[in-house]
Amino acid sequence: MSGLDLDIAPGQHVLLLGASGSGKSTLLRGLAGVLGDAEDGEDAGELLINGRAPAAVRGRAGLVLQDPDAQVVLARVGDDVAFACENLGVPADDIWRRVDDALSAVGLDVPREHPTAALSGGQKQRLALAGVLAMRPGLLLLDEPTANLDPEGAALVRDAVIEVAARTGATLIVVEHRVELWADHVHRVVVLGASDRGGGLLADGDAESVFGAHGQALSDAGVWVPGIPVGVDARPRAGVGQVLLAAEGVAVGRRAFGDRMPRIVASGIDARLRAGRALAITGPNGAGKSTFAMTLAGLLPPASGTVRASAELAAGTVRGDAPVRWRARELLTRIGTVFQDPEHQLLTTRVRDELAVGPRALGLSEAEIAARVEPLLERLRLTRLAEVNPFTLSGGEKRRLTVAATLVSRPRVLLLDEPTYGQDARTWRELADLVDEQRAAGAAVAFVSHDPALVAALSDDTLTILPAGEIGEAA
Amino acid sequence: MSLFALDVRRSPLARVNPVTKLAATLVMTMTLLLSIDPVSAGVTLALTLVLLPLARLRARQLWLRLWPIVLAAGVGAAATVVYGRVSGEVYLEWGLVRISDGSIALSLSILLRVLAIAVPSVVLFATTDPTDLADGLAQIVRLPARFVLGALAGLRMVGLLVDDWRELSMARRARGVADDGRIRRFLSQAFALFVLAVRRGTKLATAMEARGFGADAPRTWARPSRLSAADGALLLIAVAIAAASVVAAVAAGTWVFVFTL
Repeated sequence: MSGLDLDIAPGQHVLLLGASGSGKSTLLRGLAGVLGDAEDGEDAGELLINGRAPAAVRGRAGLVLQDPDAQVVLARVGDDVAFACENLGVPADDIWRRVDDALSAVGLDVPREHPTAALSGGQKQRLALAGVLAMRPGLLLLDEPTANLDPEGAALVRDAVIEVAARTGATLIVVEHRVELWADHVHRVVVLGASDRGGGLLADGDAESVFGAHGQALSDAGVWVPGIPVGVDARPRAGVGQVLLAAEGVAVGRRAFGDRMPRIVASGIDARLRAGRALAITGPNGAGKSTFAMTLAGLLPPASGTVRASAELAAGTVRGDAPVRWRARELLTRIGTVFQDPEHQLLTTRVRDELAVGPRALGLSEAEIAARVEPLLERLRLTRLAEVNPFTLSGGEKRRLTVAATLVSRPRVLLLDEPTYGQDARTWRELADLVDEQRAAGAAVAFVSHDPALVAALSDDTLTILPAGEIGEAA
Repeated sequence: MSLFALDVRRSPLARVNPVTKLAATLVMTMTLLLSIDPVSAGVTLALTLVLLPLARLRARQLWLRLWPIVLAAGVGAAATVVYGRVSGEVYLEWGLVRISDGSIALSLSILLRVLAIAVPSVVLFATTDPTDLADGLAQIVRLPARFVLGALAGLRMVGLLVDDWRELSMARRARGVADDGRIRRFLSQAFALFVLAVRRGTKLATAMEARGFGADAPRTWARPSRLSAADGALLLIAVAIAAASVVAAVAAGTWVFVFTL
């Protein structure tokens, strides 16, 4: 990012927007004073809080980051919230009062001794927010604080943030793709221009004027604008296709390190994945949606019940009809899985090689590989990044890459875990369109999502997984 | 860290400061490292086992953490019996295998010594919460807080790495590359885990800094780490066991300083 001039008055609540790669996160880190030094990159111009450099007034600005797992410092909930207070030299008696206040402000209703490892992603995000609130910062910086939460959890965190900011008079800067969640609660909306189009400010003002004057332009640039729906033109559906993969009475769980039996998180799940249809798997944080998806994908054995492939899907495999028994290469053309965290899935040091992994494992010729890889690069706007290291891509680019790397093997069944999590409107549209295209071409699709818009746009059926193991299914 | 931690809610050891446990372990094990004879190790092991019920730990949980060491000690002792230095009467000779008075005695002292060092260490460390130990090291031993807390935060990442490893295995299977040779797969996955660990560490450092870690202001401690009568008692017990072991070994004439061997 470059060429940005911005003054933010004390107590103002600002929603900071911009397409993926416009430097929103970088600006927040700069304000928090954690951007590092000359070794980590170049800087020009000045960034001041109350007229001083951010690193010199650490503690005045509190930052909540995107990744819930990366922010937990200590093993117990209370200790983790107390950590910032200790660092700032708050007297011990005061600390625990602040800890309890902060935990109740974010609605995290667990004892102080509760292990942080046992929290769900959404709870961890609320914990991180509590840790920052306990600092009683003058400037609250939130980097997509609700992207990982279910809709109820997101509203809860939003309310907590607004209430705390109002009560303490703190200045608030929020980066969030989900604009409608915040638009009515902020004084000012600032939109950054994409760096490849010159950077700077795209728009600045109150929500009404910004969205009124620039709504369509912002939406095209990838910003989620309230009132401008982003959808896909769903392709026609060919009626009820044949079942490719069926789960019956499945209980799912993962084995903790050293345990003999998996810890069951959800049970009694039935599901059928049909060719040409899409199943949305929804439910609150921590209900076992991802674990179920991994079980369907043949990556985890079910704790009980069965996951079976149809005779057609299993044809050509040598170890029966349970996908978990198949060889990885057999899985490749049959069930494709896109993981929630793209970084787990990256295998190579170049974007182009990343896409070639699957075809190579299938033993295709170089000409065949190129014929598959090049159009996908083009389609997902990755051509200009073809020689880049995948780890250096932005979140949206990484997501597009892992989806492309799965599609390149042309699996009959496609499973996606939170495919649109944290994506801007443009990437969202592309991903949704791509998934719908696969479905219309005859693939059986299942996706785990908190995103009601995605569920509405793509799914034929919905499977709701509830924490207690009760299952609701709706057509 | 469920990998190591024992359920200590019923145990009097929960009231002891981790720093004291560390000191008690050092007193007992360092004493045993001074000599290599069966009597001193035997006395330490026997006294530890006699006192163990007082710690009121769950036997099964304790055994789960001890058996690898017991197994290793057993294997080591068995190897020493058949291959150890020969002296005294030779009972069996078959190729390289020679069982003698000397190899039996050496084997016994190695077995006792490994167990006498391992049992108290495991009991005292498995009942220690890493956070409490860090508090004690920083506040009582006065090690630098930056170092202690950095190590503590890093330790918590070990648990995440276990999950990462599993996630990586699944992702590799999903990408169709899990069929190659086991060793090659392990090496490339280990490298991927290393990359992930570095990235996690960087992110964690940012999160810690964002919460004022490394600020210039003096740090306070939400959990004051204090010493109490229980700490004195444990330390006394440790010194008494160590002293009893040395006295018994000297009295039996088996005490040999390792330095004079």
